[in-house]
Amino acid sequence: MATTAKPPKPEELSKIDYKTPKKNWIDTPVEFKPGMYCHGSRAKYLEIVGFPNPREWKPGEEDWKLPENWKEIVIEGIKERLEKYRSFRLFMDICVRCGACADKCHFYIGGGDPKNMPVLRSELLRSVYRKYFTVGGKLFGKIAGARELDLNVLKELWYYAFQCTECRRCSVFCPYGIDTAEITLMARELINLLGLNTDWIMGPVSNCYMKGNHLGLEPHTIKSSIEFFLDDIETVTGIKIEPTFNRKGAEILFVTPSGDLFADPGTYTAMGYLMLFHELGIDYTWSTYASEGGNFGFFTSNEMAKRLHYKIYAEAKRLGVKWILGGECGHMWRLIHQYLDTWHGPADFLEVPKSPITGTVFENAKSTKMIHVAEFTADLIKNGKLKLDPSRNDSLKVTWHDSCNTARGMGLLEEPRYVLRNVVNHFYEMPEDTIREKTFCCGSGTGLNAGENMELRMRGGFPRANAVKFVRDHFGVNMLANVCAIDRATLKASMEYWVPDVLVCGLHELVGNALVMTGEKERTQDLRLEPLPGKEAKE
Amino acid sequence: MKILFSFFTVVVLILLAYAGVNANMHFLFGAVIPYIAVAVFLLGFIYRVLKWGSSPVPFRIPTTCGQQKSLPWIKQNKIENPSSTLGVITRMFLEVFFFRSLFRNLKTQLYEGPRLAYGEAKWLWLAGLAFHWSFLIIFVRHFRFFMQGVPSVIKTIEGLDSFLQVGVPLLYMTDVIILGAVTYLFIRRVFIPQVNYISLAADYFPLFLIFGIAASGVLMRYFFKVHIVGVKELVMGLITFNPVEMQKMQEIGVIFYIHLFLISMLLVYFPFSKLMHMGGVFLSPTRNLANNNRMVRHINPWNYPVKVHTYEEYENEFRDKMKKAGIPVEKES
Repeated sequence: MATTAKPPKPEELSKIDYKTPKKNWIDTPVEFKPGMYCHGSRAKYLEIVGFPNPREWKPGEEDWKLPENWKEIVIEGIKERLEKYRSFRLFMDICVRCGACADKCHFYIGGGDPKNMPVLRSELLRSVYRKYFTVGGKLFGKIAGARELDLNVLKELWYYAFQCTECRRCSVFCPYGIDTAEITLMARELINLLGLNTDWIMGPVSNCYMKGNHLGLEPHTIKSSIEFFLDDIETVTGIKIEPTFNRKGAEILFVTPSGDLFADPGTYTAMGYLMLFHELGIDYTWSTYASEGGNFGFFTSNEMAKRLHYKIYAEAKRLGVKWILGGECGHMWRLIHQYLDTWHGPADFLEVPKSPITGTVFENAKSTKMIHVAEFTADLIKNGKLKLDPSRNDSLKVTWHDSCNTARGMGLLEEPRYVLRNVVNHFYEMPEDTIREKTFCCGSGTGLNAGENMELRMRGGFPRANAVKFVRDHFGVNMLANVCAIDRATLKASMEYWVPDVLVCGLHELVGNALVMTGEKERTQDLRLEPLPGKEAKE
Repeated sequence: MKILFSFFTVVVLILLAYAGVNANMHFLFGAVIPYIAVAVFLLGFIYRVLKWGSSPVPFRIPTTCGQQKSLPWIKQNKIENPSSTLGVITRMFLEVFFFRSLFRNLKTQLYEGPRLAYGEAKWLWLAGLAFHWSFLIIFVRHFRFFMQGVPSVIKTIEGLDSFLQVGVPLLYMTDVIILGAVTYLFIRRVFIPQVNYISLAADYFPLFLIFGIAASGVLMRYFFKVHIVGVKELVMGLITFNPVEMQKMQEIGVIFYIHLFLISMLLVYFPFSKLMHMGGVFLSPTRNLANNNRMVRHINPWNYPVKVHTYEEYENEFRDKMKKAGIPVEKES
C-alpha cells in the first residue's frame, strides 16, 4: 500500500489558485498528486466478480500492467457505449463550451485544477472521441480538439474520472442538460475494462456481491450489530425491541445501506428506524441477504450495478412481502428511482406500497413498489400518527444537507424537511444557492470516500462545509442532518476538518429522539447516550 | 493560435468569394455552392439527428430541479421536476426558447475567511438569448427573398424590428443586437480566463463566421447597396431550380456573394460542429423525460440477463452461521 498523504491544514488548503496555466490543457500531461487519488484494486476483488485483468498494481507507478491490446479495448468500448447510450453520444457532440458549468463543480471550487471544470473533464474524453469517431477530428487533429489515445491520456482519464462524484450539479446549469456523470460513468466503464478499478470501490463491490452488503457483514454479524443497537435503545427508552430477519410473510421488506449498521453517526439513524417501526407495530423484516441499499457497483459499470441490485427484488419475492421500504441513502435512491425497475422489473409480484398505519397509497411508487423512509414518515406525521417531542432535540440547531442523488436524481426535497420541522425546534437553511437542486456534494461520493485521497475529499467538501460554516456563524448551527449514508460517513470527516464544532446526523436519528414511545421510561439521554437538554443534572 | 486560425479561415473564405466573383465565377458562388451547402446541411443535420436517435435511452435520467411528485399535500414543481408530458413540454419550451438552465447561472467567488459567495451571472444568458433570438428574427425576415410577394407576418416582423424608424433604409434592431451579442460572446471567450482555457478553434470559428455573415449583410443593406431586385430574382431562381442567367448574376454587387458564400460555409460546417446543439437540445435525456420513474417502468431495449449471486448460493455459504444465529433458512442442510 502506498503511504497516505495527510492533507495540508485548512488555512493552507483554502488558498485556492484559480489562475489558468499558460500551457494549453491538451499539452499538459497529467500529474498524479498524492492525496488526490485512491489505491488500485487488489486482484482478488476483481476475481470474485469476474472483472478483467486482475493483478496487483499501483496507480502511482509507471507500469499499469495493462493488456497488450488495451487501446483497442478502450476504443471498442467507446464505440459500444456510443451505440448503447444516447446520453453519451449526444453529450460527446453538443457541448458549446460556454463555461456555465465551470465554477459549479465542488472539485473545481475547492481545488482550482482547470481539468476539474466539468466541461474540461468531459473534454478529456471528448478529445479521444473526436480523434476516433468524428470527421473533423480525424482530418484536423489537434486544431479540432482531437488527440490520440496514449498511456498518458488513459492515465489522465483515470485520474479525473475519480475526481468527479457524479453529483450532477453541473447538469442543472447546462443549457443542454449535459450531465458530466453520464460521461464519467462511461469513463469508469472503460477503466473497468482494463481492470483499473480502485480498491476502495472494489472491496465493497465484491463484499456486496458475495455477502449481500458493502461492509461484508455476514448474516449473524448483521443480527448482532442490530442487537447491539437494541441494547442502547433499551438503555434510553426502557423498551425492548425484537426485530425479525429474513422472515417470510412479512408485509414490508426494509432495505437500507449497510453503513448505518457499522459506524456512527449512521448507527443512530438505524436505531431511529428500529424505534419508529416498533412503535408503529408494523409487520416488517430486515434481510441479511438484501442487506445493502447502496451500490458501489454503479461506480464500476452499469452491469455490475445491476448485478448487485438484483438482490432487492429477489429477496422481496422469496420472502413474499407486499412492498419495500428503503432507508436513508443517496446514490441508493438514484438507482432505486431511476434504474431498479428498468433493470429488474416489472415487480408485479409486489403491491403498490400502502402505509399500514395511515392507509395512504403511494401512487408515486406504483410501478417500482418501493418508497423512501422520509416519504413514509412524512405521511405518518401529516396524519398525526406519531407523538413527537421536538424539545428533546433542543440542544441542536440543525441545518439540512440535500444529498446530490435524492435532490437531482429524484427531487426528494420537502419530505425530509417536513419531518425535520416536526422533530426539531431549531432548523436553519443554508444559503439558497447551496441547497435543493443546487446542493453541493459532500465531496466523497461515488466511492471516493477512502483514506488515501483525503486531500481530494477535503477540497471537494469545501463548498458544502463553507455553507455549513455560514449557518454556524450566523445561527449557531451545530448539527448537519441529511438522508444519505455516505454523507453521514464523509461529512463527519469534512466537518471535523472545516467546521469542527458541527456534528452530522441522519434524519431518523432525530425522529428517534423526538418519538414518544408507548410505555417508555422518562428519557434522560438521546440516542448517542448524551444527556437530553434539561436532564444534565440527573446524570 | 486558435483565434488566429479561426479568424484567418474566415478571411480566406471572404477572399475566396471575392476572387471567385471577380473571376466571373458567379454561377459557382451564386448557385452551385449554395445548392451543395443546403444539401450538405439538410442531409448532414438529418444524419446527425438520426445517429443520435439510433442510440437508445436505456434509463430515464432527468435531472430534477425541484420537488418531486410524491404525497398529495406536498407541492410538486411541475415544470422543473415534471411527471407528465405537459410538464416536460413546458420544461423543454422554457429551455429552448428562454434558456432556463442558463438563467440559473451563478458566479462563484472565494473571499477571505475563506468564504464562498454565489453572485448573479446573467450576462451569458442575456447575450446568448439576444444572439439566438436576433438570429432567428433575421432568418425569418429573409423569407421576403424566398417568396413571391411578401407575407404580412414578415412585414409585421420587419415593422417591429425597425420601429425605431432610424435611417434610410430603416435600421433593424436585430442587426445591431446580433453584432453586439456575437462580439460579447467573443470577448468573454477571450478575456474570461477559464472560458479562454476551455475554448477550441471550433468555438471561435463559428463566431467569426457568423460575425462575417451579419457584417456583410449589414454592409449590403446600409452601405454598399446591391441590386436588391436582382438578389430576389436570383434567390427565387435558386428555389425554383431555375437559376437566373449569368448577366443578371453579374448585376449584383460582390458583397452579396461574400454574404452568400459565408452562409453556405456555415451550412456546410453546421452538421459537423457543435452548432448541432440546435438539434441536440431536443434530445437531451436529462431534460426531455418525465420524472415518473417509480410510476411507469422505463424499458431498456438492450437490457440483458446478468450473472448474479443468488440467495441459494448465499444460504449455502452461511447456512450454519444463520442457523446458529436463529435466522430462518430455506434448507436445513
